[in-house]
Amino acid sequence: MNAVPPNLDAAAPAGLSPLEARELVVAHGERVIIDGLELQLPRGRVTAIVGPNGCGKSTLLNALARVLAPRGGSILLDGQDIHRLPARQVARQLALLPQDTAAPEGMTVADLVRFGRQPHQSWLSQWSREDQRAVQRAIRAADLEGMEQRVLDELSGGQRQRAWIAMAVAQSTPTLLLDEPTSALDLGHQIEVFELIRHLACRHGKSIAMVVHDLASACRYADRLIAMREGRIIAQGAPADIMTPALVEQLYGVQCEILPDPATGAPLLVNLRRRRQRRVTAAGTEPPDCVRSPAGYRPPPQAPDRA
Amino acid sequence: MSRRDTRPLPVLLLAAGAVLVAICVTSLLLGAGEIGPLDALQVLLGGGSAEAAFVVTELRLPRTLIGLTVGVALGAAGALMQTLARNPLAEPGLLGVSAGSSFAVTLALLAGASAATLTVHVAQLGALIGCLLVLAAARIQGVGNDPIRLVLAGATLTGLLMSLMSLLLMLDQRSADEIRFWIIGSLAGRDPATLYAVLPSLLLALVLVLLIARPLAALALGERVAQGLGHHPGRVRLLAVMAVALLVGAATAVAGPIIFVGLVVPFIARALAGPDIRRTLWLCLPLGPVLLIAADILARLLVAPAELPLGVLTALVGAPVLLLLIRGRRLPTL
Repeated sequence: MNAVPPNLDAAAPAGLSPLEARELVVAHGERVIIDGLELQLPRGRVTAIVGPNGCGKSTLLNALARVLAPRGGSILLDGQDIHRLPARQVARQLALLPQDTAAPEGMTVADLVRFGRQPHQSWLSQWSREDQRAVQRAIRAADLEGMEQRVLDELSGGQRQRAWIAMAVAQSTPTLLLDEPTSALDLGHQIEVFELIRHLACRHGKSIAMVVHDLASACRYADRLIAMREGRIIAQGAPADIMTPALVEQLYGVQCEILPDPATGAPLLVNLRRRRQRRVTAAGTEPPDCVRSPAGYRPPPQAPDRA
Repeated sequence: MSRRDTRPLPVLLLAAGAVLVAICVTSLLLGAGEIGPLDALQVLLGGGSAEAAFVVTELRLPRTLIGLTVGVALGAAGALMQTLARNPLAEPGLLGVSAGSSFAVTLALLAGASAATLTVHVAQLGALIGCLLVLAAARIQGVGNDPIRLVLAGATLTGLLMSLMSLLLMLDQRSADEIRFWIIGSLAGRDPATLYAVLPSLLLALVLVLLIARPLAALALGERVAQGLGHHPGRVRLLAVMAVALLVGAATAVAGPIIFVGLVVPFIARALAGPDIRRTLWLCLPLGPVLLIAADILARLLVAPAELPLGVLTALVGAPVLLLLIRGRRLPTL
């Protein structure tokens, strides 16, 4: 494969945002989760949505995917109100990978990826050549060639998640929404999945929005960060531009210092510690710092032997 | 490196069809009475005594046809319910659907009805109400279907309806015997006319299933995934519930409540054809009657010249299977 892979799936006018939210209000019952949110997803880029637990980031993703109906405002998919479009048409433009997916026991990689073609099938056209090609493309993109007939339960966590992403890729949509795609994966498998996500944006031109729990990974793998707190966006932009100690403290109540990654220039969060009051003992000395000590830990002097 | 053994579906269906034909012929040849296999074989080949001809064509043939219909209905209903609930233990008999159907029939019989055509629709209505009740109960206090909660709700509903039925039987001695006979599922002594009455609803259920097969398969991946693929889970689930009600109601109207068939048949079908409902469901269609008619043959032979009621036999066989499934190292997930 010497030629640049054709950008088959993402044919849409450049410039216009593939997915945007205007004055979005989402509520669960009486509780307003997202209040007046404005968002424009950049085309062909990876956008990470970050924020503390309960800040509404998964709710936002589900609203963007048309799974949750907003109470107010609108979501525009290529300029059209997503809730006025038929579900099937939305599924041809927008693929969603929810959190904590589970496939029936005994399902193979190929079985799973084929599901991605459902929005393109109908009673009249059951399984076309184009469906077959899209499945093969997705399997190749996710680097799962040769594993098509493997049973999902027996794959590693990273491989299994790549198979799920391949299913979403087989939908051949210009836009992908991923809800915590690396939760419950170990470090190696996380990197495996994030590199696939980068690859999909960079080589296949997909516009990707993902909810990410780990701020460090978000800084490393996203072109753009959306930082949320209490249902609002408090900062957005390139990680290197917006990531400041003040923002981290505002988001998580955590103090840190930020250094550029010597290899990539992405912001690195170091010396993380919880915001805390200085306590001074009655004698006027500070109590020992138990949290910081591991870095400079030295064993205490040995007590003399009781010979 | 394990790969799934992918047997082509047509081969599986042909094999299951061949077994079904063999079982049907066996069902015509064997019985609890005095007509032996050889006498019956002569009838099938165009000869035989008048008595043998009567037994084979008037007793065993309708019974086998009823077994065929009920088996198809229960096998398909079990597969649908298990996919619907994402729970390998979901089964019409366990989830209160059969009980709802029986309860409705009991009420109708008490009210003085006896016409077969009436009980079919009454049974289907009861099955539908049972289905909706158990789904509603499982949804109280939470979003989505929790498999465990569903089984608990079904067990509760079944228990409630069973005790109500016992109460009704005590109140009315006149129809008690008729109901008591009916309430134990059996293929024997059923009116073959009910078969014609239920065929349209079976066809309707089949059409419904064909319409929702693809979204139903996607629903097995989870509600959100199905939505992401452009389906409407609520709509699909409702249609599936209607198909289940049609199938279980038809089966119950013809043969009374028969439990565990809907549990075991999809289990075998999944083991052979993999987890996709679009494969298992078709395989359940021949496998359901294979199992049911085989059980019916056993019911005739085990205590010959008397007969064991089929509903008792399936419960005797099915209960240990269920316990083994629950005790097993891990439940298969759907």
